[in-house]
Amino acid sequence: MDTLLAANSLAEYLQTNGVPFFGPLDESTAMIFAAVVHVALVGAWFGLPAGLFIWAERKISGRIQDRLGPTRCGGKFGWLQSLADGIKLIQKEDLVPKDADGLMFRLAPYIVVVASFVGYIALPFSDGWAAMTLDVGLFLTLAVLSLEVLGVILAGYSSGSKWALFGAMREGAQMVSYEIPMAICALCPIVTAGTLNLNEVALLQSGGAWNWNILHPFNFFAFFVYFTCATASCKRAPFDLAEAESELVAGFLTEYSGFRWSLFFLAEYASMFLVSGLAVVLFLGGWDDGFGIITAIKTAFPDGLGNFIANVIGLKVFLVKSSILVCVQIWVRWTLPRLRIDQVMTTCLKYLIPISCFLFAGTVAYPLVLAKMFGQTSIIGAPAGERLVQPREVPGSTSLESNGINPAGVQVSTASAERSQP
Amino acid sequence: MSLTLEDPRVIEFDVRTDEMLVNMGPQHPSTHGVLRLLLRTDGEIIHEITPHIGYLHRCAEKIGENLATPQWVPYTDRMDYLAGMNMNLGMALAVEKLIGLEVPEKAMTIRVLVAELGRIASHLVGMGAYGLDLGTFSPFLYAFREREIILDLFEELCGARLTYSYFTIGGATHDLPDIIPIPPGLAALTKRNKNMKLTWLEAVEMFLNWLEPRIQEYHTLLTRNQIFIKRTAGLGILTKELAISHGCTGPVLRGSGVDFDLRRDGEPIYTRYYTGYDFDVISAPFEDAPREAVLGDNWCRFFVRMMEVVQAIKLVRQAMAKYPKSQGTYRVPYKMSAKLPVDEAYLETECPRGAMGFYIVGNDKAEPYRARAKSSCFCNLSVTAPLCEGFLLADIPAIVGSLDVVMGEIDR
Repeated sequence: MDTLLAANSLAEYLQTNGVPFFGPLDESTAMIFAAVVHVALVGAWFGLPAGLFIWAERKISGRIQDRLGPTRCGGKFGWLQSLADGIKLIQKEDLVPKDADGLMFRLAPYIVVVASFVGYIALPFSDGWAAMTLDVGLFLTLAVLSLEVLGVILAGYSSGSKWALFGAMREGAQMVSYEIPMAICALCPIVTAGTLNLNEVALLQSGGAWNWNILHPFNFFAFFVYFTCATASCKRAPFDLAEAESELVAGFLTEYSGFRWSLFFLAEYASMFLVSGLAVVLFLGGWDDGFGIITAIKTAFPDGLGNFIANVIGLKVFLVKSSILVCVQIWVRWTLPRLRIDQVMTTCLKYLIPISCFLFAGTVAYPLVLAKMFGQTSIIGAPAGERLVQPREVPGSTSLESNGINPAGVQVSTASAERSQP
Repeated sequence: MSLTLEDPRVIEFDVRTDEMLVNMGPQHPSTHGVLRLLLRTDGEIIHEITPHIGYLHRCAEKIGENLATPQWVPYTDRMDYLAGMNMNLGMALAVEKLIGLEVPEKAMTIRVLVAELGRIASHLVGMGAYGLDLGTFSPFLYAFREREIILDLFEELCGARLTYSYFTIGGATHDLPDIIPIPPGLAALTKRNKNMKLTWLEAVEMFLNWLEPRIQEYHTLLTRNQIFIKRTAGLGILTKELAISHGCTGPVLRGSGVDFDLRRDGEPIYTRYYTGYDFDVISAPFEDAPREAVLGDNWCRFFVRMMEVVQAIKLVRQAMAKYPKSQGTYRVPYKMSAKLPVDEAYLETECPRGAMGFYIVGNDKAEPYRARAKSSCFCNLSVTAPLCEGFLLADIPAIVGSLDVVMGEIDR
């Protein structure tokens, strides 16, 4: 058990300890085996929230609208409804319209799914619990997320339907525009943290709610701008113009049915969870519970089972936080009317981009101004910009620190004290 | 062929943009049934819009010429299927005008009570469907929740939930029921016992008490919602002159600032129903309108409907107070074989969607020589083209939805 927890990766574990009856594996086999396991795990994380949130959306929207929502399927609360629908959708006829560009029409849902699927790679669910702890984590996530628009445009363009074309045009304009303020706002906590590594960004906020980035005066507003843009880039109401059913029938989804349609749907809910998870990591302390409990456990048990339990608690905290944000998106969807395309673009280009630029500049200037005036770089919590963990070794080496588990790093005062000494 | 461009104008002339013909409907989700709009668009901007109608034509008028007038009543509530009661009333009144039949006071009270309840139900659907056109689902379901209770009450009244055929020549088919089981929706909403029994009028009173505070909530959810105002106010402006010249009636006309309501300004045979009732005719402009709202825009038309619900509630309450004191019966007998005089009669009544006219020509037979209906929605729909041209594709549902047309009535 301890060896498994201490190992940097599954591949490393397989190389040293091997699997039953086979003994230690050579490097390439271990890598392939580990890749399969990782993909299965990430795939599960991709499918699970999607299915769960489709069910939640139905249930919540039902409650909002004074209905019951699903009640029968799977026993008590209709919790198997998404699965039943998925099975139904897979059985449907594989329809490609006569006027459609067959290859692109078939390709589009996979691009969308892969884009939101790959976005999960760098998302840490708990300390070090990411598919890959990347030093360019946020950069990769945002880059991959913006790939989704390609699939949507492809879908609309190849469907051979004018409604789909309208939807794709709107979507192209909207998503590309909203990527900009979203990325700028996501950079605000990055400036505060000083690293693009999502795991470290979250780690820097651990130890209590007073360390969370949202309490930073500029990051506070950046969070709301980010969340608005994230809602828009997930095509959620009130920005669901691409599939506006009262105007464009179903927008780019008009000609899709069955399994391909369900892939678009899965991707939508998966990216909803992804952007919410990103918001939690960047602004809301990641897996930190807000009272310092997890940090205390980690400090008491720096490795082994105690650390593992702390991570499991952190995972649950992370999931709860992200789910709350997803529920906010659901709540907004069932309350507000839809904006018009020019209003959506005006909101983005005339308001959100200047606001996010201002917030970004403010985040950069804030610690400098504070340092100049008061001689410290933060008012609440540990000093922002100085809450750096100890420099790490390059991932891939076998040391314990590079596993993303660095109990010393969370002891902020030590770290900053060490840094301040020349 | 070189890859460099010598003259930038070449590419400018090379990339030609074209207008696109888009067929919106008759199966489009937001065209309120089977309206078909042919759009000539430049991107999302509408250059020309042509409504095509006739997909729901059921020969109702021709059938009316082969039936005795009471037999034609069931065809009228299938015209405007959202306000069947009001359609029945208009048709019955036209025939009564032709034969010179006076209905007793009790029947008149019942007619006002039930027709105004029907108006509430119809405007609730109008409100909910308009929310749906603008992309919000919840008001639609709230509206249907409320409407469901009215339908339950109508079911107790006449056995039907949508096509009532309740008003007939000479009054109504039944008197108001006495003791009824509480409608399940009402019991759930007001948290009463499901097995409770009460009189029909008590149930109506209970429902109105439930509905009245909800209207404020709809205002919060839609009318005063900033996004809603952005989508409706200042758009689809129907000027007073245009509205009159196209023959618009009902909330569409009143939203343009014309203070005209047939319940007050109509023919005496109809207005005498409403004498003694205290109600206001709602017409734009409104003092509490948002800054962006313009006289005759989508927002005004929507708001007129919302305020008319309040007025209808007021009327129902007054009719309920009047009913126990009313004299006479609920119906004067009218024989199916009674011959119509050799004469003609045309009467317009104020249906929820506007002035619905019925034209009956008698020929000394039980069946009318000619039976015609003048649709209010047809005139209201005719302003679509001048209102929508030059606006965006997304504004079409907002504008057409604010006209609140029912295709069954237009095509008949």
